[in-house]
Amino acid sequence: MTILSEKKSKELLTKVLSFSKADECECNLDGQVGGNIRYARNTVSTAGEESDVTLAVQSTFGTRTGVATINEFDDASLEKVVRRSEELAKLAPENKEHMPIFGKQKYLESKTYFDSTAKVTAEDRASAANDSIQPSKKNKLVAAGFLEEAVRFSAIMNSKGLFAYNTSTNVDFSVTIRTEDGRGSGWASRNYSDYKLLDTAEASEVAIAKSKGSVGAKELEPGKYTVILEPAASVGLLGNMMRAFDQRSADEGRSFLSNKGAKEDEPKNKLGQKMFDERVTIYSDPQHPIAPAAPFGGDGYPRGRVDWIKGGKIANMPNSPFWAKKTGVDYQPRGGNIIMEGGNESLEGMIKNTRRGVLVTRLWYIRPLDPQTLLYTGLTRDGTFYIENGKIKYPIKNFRFNESPIVMLNNIEAMGKPERINGNMIPPMKIRDFTFSSLSDAV
Amino acid sequence: MERRDFIKLGGYGAGALMLPISGVAVSAEQLLDRPMDVAQKKKLANIALNAAKAKGATYADARIGRYLNQFVTTREARVSNIVNTESAGIGVRVIANGTWGFASTSNMTPDSIARTAEKAVAVAIANSKFQTAPVKLAPVKGVGDVSWQTPIKKNAIEIPIKEKVDLLLSVNDAAMKNGANFINSSLFLVNEQKYFASTDGSYIDQDVHRLWAPFTATSVGPEGFKQRNGLGNPVGMGFEYLEGKEEDKIRVSGANIGYKNSYDIIEDAAEAGKQLKAKLKAKSVEPGKYDLVLDPAHLMLTIHESVGHPLELDRVLGYEANFAGTSFATLDKWKSKKFQYGSDIVNLFADKTQKHSLGYVEYDDEGVKTKEWDLVKDGILVNYQATRDQVHMIDQNESHGCSYSQSWRDVQFQRMSNVSLRPNKEDLSADDVIKDVEKGIYIAGRGSFSIDQQRYNFQFGGQLFYEIKDGKIVDQIEDVAYQSNTQQFWNSCVQMAGKSDYRVGGTFFDGKGQPSQVSAVSHGCPTTRFNNINVINTARNV
Repeated sequence: MTILSEKKSKELLTKVLSFSKADECECNLDGQVGGNIRYARNTVSTAGEESDVTLAVQSTFGTRTGVATINEFDDASLEKVVRRSEELAKLAPENKEHMPIFGKQKYLESKTYFDSTAKVTAEDRASAANDSIQPSKKNKLVAAGFLEEAVRFSAIMNSKGLFAYNTSTNVDFSVTIRTEDGRGSGWASRNYSDYKLLDTAEASEVAIAKSKGSVGAKELEPGKYTVILEPAASVGLLGNMMRAFDQRSADEGRSFLSNKGAKEDEPKNKLGQKMFDERVTIYSDPQHPIAPAAPFGGDGYPRGRVDWIKGGKIANMPNSPFWAKKTGVDYQPRGGNIIMEGGNESLEGMIKNTRRGVLVTRLWYIRPLDPQTLLYTGLTRDGTFYIENGKIKYPIKNFRFNESPIVMLNNIEAMGKPERINGNMIPPMKIRDFTFSSLSDAV
Repeated sequence: MERRDFIKLGGYGAGALMLPISGVAVSAEQLLDRPMDVAQKKKLANIALNAAKAKGATYADARIGRYLNQFVTTREARVSNIVNTESAGIGVRVIANGTWGFASTSNMTPDSIARTAEKAVAVAIANSKFQTAPVKLAPVKGVGDVSWQTPIKKNAIEIPIKEKVDLLLSVNDAAMKNGANFINSSLFLVNEQKYFASTDGSYIDQDVHRLWAPFTATSVGPEGFKQRNGLGNPVGMGFEYLEGKEEDKIRVSGANIGYKNSYDIIEDAAEAGKQLKAKLKAKSVEPGKYDLVLDPAHLMLTIHESVGHPLELDRVLGYEANFAGTSFATLDKWKSKKFQYGSDIVNLFADKTQKHSLGYVEYDDEGVKTKEWDLVKDGILVNYQATRDQVHMIDQNESHGCSYSQSWRDVQFQRMSNVSLRPNKEDLSADDVIKDVEKGIYIAGRGSFSIDQQRYNFQFGGQLFYEIKDGKIVDQIEDVAYQSNTQQFWNSCVQMAGKSDYRVGGTFFDGKGQPSQVSAVSHGCPTTRFNNINVINTARNV
């Protein structure tokens, strides 16, 4: 019982629904098979393989809903899980925000499955780890890394005729390579749907170069700097911002997208307003060729391309079916990825055109300070360099930043070609006046 | 952490909580079943241990776990979600060819268990190709058959759902009546029924209970909006924690009410409503140097980040370099016996034995009896937190009992124990600590927190901020965060309250490892003063 085919999933879920006595019933079947390997101090520390399938059944009587889940699939267990969800539904209080489940839907073609990832073995993982450890050892450096891959399937069926099925694959690799004396540290990460694209030796060379290059960091005064953020450095701030996109909290006055102090007849949120540099366009697209996502969400509603920010203006906000109905707008579920349009400049070109600035590999421990302004704090990590007159001059000590992605996306100087990171597409960006508030001794 | 490990509770927006769920949902009555007795667990565990030994394991342990969770989430006058989850299975860890191997299964047939143990050995042997330093375990004497339970008075899972829902809706009502426009409140209950067996001859059955009742209240005004989280703590207690006894309330003159061994959540919600109104109108802090007086519900997190994490031996050694990071508290500093972690009144200790704490168990997840030990004594760094396979690296031969796994499915590894600050021998109150401060800020509750990967530079916010002038709290202020360096900060510690003020706070979801696992851990401390700390203003125009 691991990765079920569309046909098998359909048969199983049809059987589950046949047990239902509720007004409405919806079933989600999700499973995955995957493995991982972890290494540190240039040796393997842990490794494992896991597989799991879970069936969740949601039953509704009127506006009372209950959910029960099981991971056994004989007929008796299937009937039991339906009965349990019905019992819970009867115990649940009335929900005045309850919305009916969706009927039959049409979906875009899925692009999320790659056979190469499904075929990865423990030996492949060990060999990929070795490709990272060996160059590190040769350079008298110390590697710590993690490789994890999985194939997943997801099927949804409900009593209103909806059926959705998707399979997907994902591989994540990251490595931190430090000098033996702890004075230098470099990092690189790779994320693909297709395992064939992964080259741990290539990624490790990047981390090795940054590790060696970061030894002997000098102190720079905290303050406002032009920064060049690699995609791994900006994805955290952008991800936080996109998670805060929500129509309901905006309408309720508790979001950066609220129209502060709006009168009764004024719009409650900032839909349509320009908030960012006009070069900023961020959207979700399940069919993106490099960072695809499932063509439906957990409720079976189809996903298509949707713009969140277009030309610097707020183009859409995700909402719930209840809030959409209440406010008389279309239901807009969250997307499965964040795709940000970029520009034509290369990272090297950006460095070349910078008189004085800071190159940031990644940001760490990002935490919110003020949800009204989306002010966040965090630190640079594993490769921070001073740029002067178009050249990387020397490594610098890590900084703490206190900055808002709203400010960041208004201060764009240049953008490069988007790269895949954590299932999203983010361009390298050159940003002016990025606020560093203090220095850190951490390497 | 993988997104699939979370469910989203409490609706969208600022109040939403992402929670790790390791189990599957079941009905309430199912949670009370005890499907497997100890004799049966012992039989199954022995199958795993014997199968591992037969394949060449030199050591093996088996953890048979049944993990129950219940989550009730509400917003305003509505219940958002009621979820019961259960997860049961076995995890087998072995040493073969001097290398760790691990495998787990939810299929509890004898054959499946034996095959899982064999798989763990196969993983160990495969990985031993790249092993350069064979695992060396500190000795542990088998304890035979023993059992232990968190000392609870009311098993929270047995309390009817209706009582829980009514309590949370009363909390919401209290906040809304007193000034909040929105509120999300939740109740999280955890019961870990875990059985540990090892080839050392230990068969340990433990029943661990934890509870947390957080809320986030929001007020919206023409000035914008403000939030205030509850000041209660996650605890290793039953439903009795929510009785809110008078003797457990600590009142700080001109400021908030603190809670000791029980929590009046309705009172706290009402206070939150009033304080939110004040927060909307409060003046913004003038940045600069201040003497800080930190209440225990706030300081616990500063201890967690600036003491608990840097003194985890796996971080010091580099095992977490690719994720959580390493540590500034390197072995040479410890070996010198002179590293001044804090001022000489700073005494920080570790334990998994403190009553009401989240880390409280009798044995850790590799069968080591728990204990208390010093980390920082009279300001000097004296020890770390370590597991059986690590202590030899710091020339010790007894594990500290810091091994933990979030479920049967995941391998156990070194996790933070409770780490606490000893109170002043003189039994001073919070007011006594405040009374000598000329220019200061009193901070209550945990807010935003961020620290670098070696635990030098940190920045912390809070829930409530009060200006102190000439020994008295004068006004509620806003937009406060302090930035400091761990060693500098602890060396600026000048005074603390005594044992009557000592409170245990904690965190339910401390994340570490790859794949990431969560752990619950507590930190005890009294109200404490730190001099001349850099305070920044977090308000910003965008």
